[in-house]
Amino acid sequence: MNKPTERYTGPAIAAHWLIAILILAAFPLGLYMHELTLSPTKLKLYSYHKWIGMTVLLLFVPRILWRLTHRPPAPLPMPAWQHKIAEGTHHLLYLLMFLVPLSGWLMSSAKGFQVVYFGVLPIPDLIGKDKELGELLEEMHEVLSWSLITLVGLHLAGALKHHIIDKDSTLRRMLPFGK
Amino acid sequence: MKINHIALSAAALLLAGAAHAVEFKQVDAAKSSLAFTSKQMGVPVPGSFKKFTAQLAFDPAKPTAASTTLEIDLASIDAGSKDANDEVVGKQWFNVKAFPTAKFVSTGVKALGGNRFEAVGKMTIKGQTRDVTAPFTFKQDAANGVFDGAFVLKRMDFNIGEGPWSDVSAVANEIEIKFHVVAAPVAVAKK
Ligand code: HEM
Repeated sequence: MNKPTERYTGPAIAAHWLIAILILAAFPLGLYMHELTLSPTKLKLYSYHKWIGMTVLLLFVPRILWRLTHRPPAPLPMPAWQHKIAEGTHHLLYLLMFLVPLSGWLMSSAKGFQVVYFGVLPIPDLIGKDKELGELLEEMHEVLSWSLITLVGLHLAGALKHHIIDKDSTLRRMLPFGK
Repeated sequence: MKINHIALSAAALLLAGAAHAVEFKQVDAAKSSLAFTSKQMGVPVPGSFKKFTAQLAFDPAKPTAASTTLEIDLASIDAGSKDANDEVVGKQWFNVKAFPTAKFVSTGVKALGGNRFEAVGKMTIKGQTRDVTAPFTFKQDAANGVFDGAFVLKRMDFNIGEGPWSDVSAVANEIEIKFHVVAAPVAVAKK
């Protein structure tokens, strides 16, 4: 049907899947650790969660710079409304993959726990200890995380619909080993 | 009371100037503090004890004759968060029901030169007594004596954090203790 389509660039594909894996790890970990009573395990899981999340934030920077300087492949033929939804989802995903870890980082600082990346690299606190602000940021982090994962679900459903029902190359051109 | 105090301090100052017959004895609890930093997963978490009493006798002219006794109300701990506060008073940590206070009794003070000194003594926490060495500095601030010191205490020496909490990769063994003691002078009869 389609001519052999243009693929995403290597760095775009790498960043996409790396961040996807990290978000899909951070989310259930966040839900799980939150329910635990205080224990060494809880302290460890919180740290792993923060390190994974900070990695998302770290990768977001080159990813967005790459995206702004490299056009993605041209959209495949599809109804305009579908294209609008897809594009809107992508923009919101970018926004949330930035805001979710940012709110986590700020929450941590407000609660009086500095983030120390992998237990060795202290990340500066952008705000000071403030109990009420910490609780507010916790709620924001929760709501933003759920919004993010909902959009990820929508995004995934869209990709699968293109792959399975439309049988076009939408998914393939983002896969690491496609042609 | 207050007038008395000021008069006493003034008198002490005069005496201090004249014959060094002064000892810093009256610990000002409101100006003194006892803080610590624990490390959780490499993250330094500040904490403090809100309530403690200290007896002190420090004569700058005879520092090696100084002595101090410090008693800490362990339930007054602020370990950085509500969760932590609830946890550390429990059995595995301080077990404050059975051991409500920690105590430090000095056995000697060494002069290290300048305004630097070192207190050695016995620290008792949770039924365990260990030797502790705490370097500190002394300076005079108006009439008051100000003592600032820090030392590292190994929590496992006192079984602080038992069971799963003995995992020092989550909460480090080394706890940094910082004390800041402000004491008013009291005139003493010249010996
Ligand atoms: C892609 C990145 C991230 C995702 C998807 C994510 C997701 C989540 C989720 C789903 C929760 C549970 C919310 C709840 O049920 O209350 C959570 C909690 C939490 N997150 Fe994140 N998070 C991310 C990044 C971060 C970062 C970078 C930090 C800090 C540096 C962080 C710190 C926290 C903390 C401290 C909690 C627990 C709040 C509490 O229990 O008090 N998160 N996260």
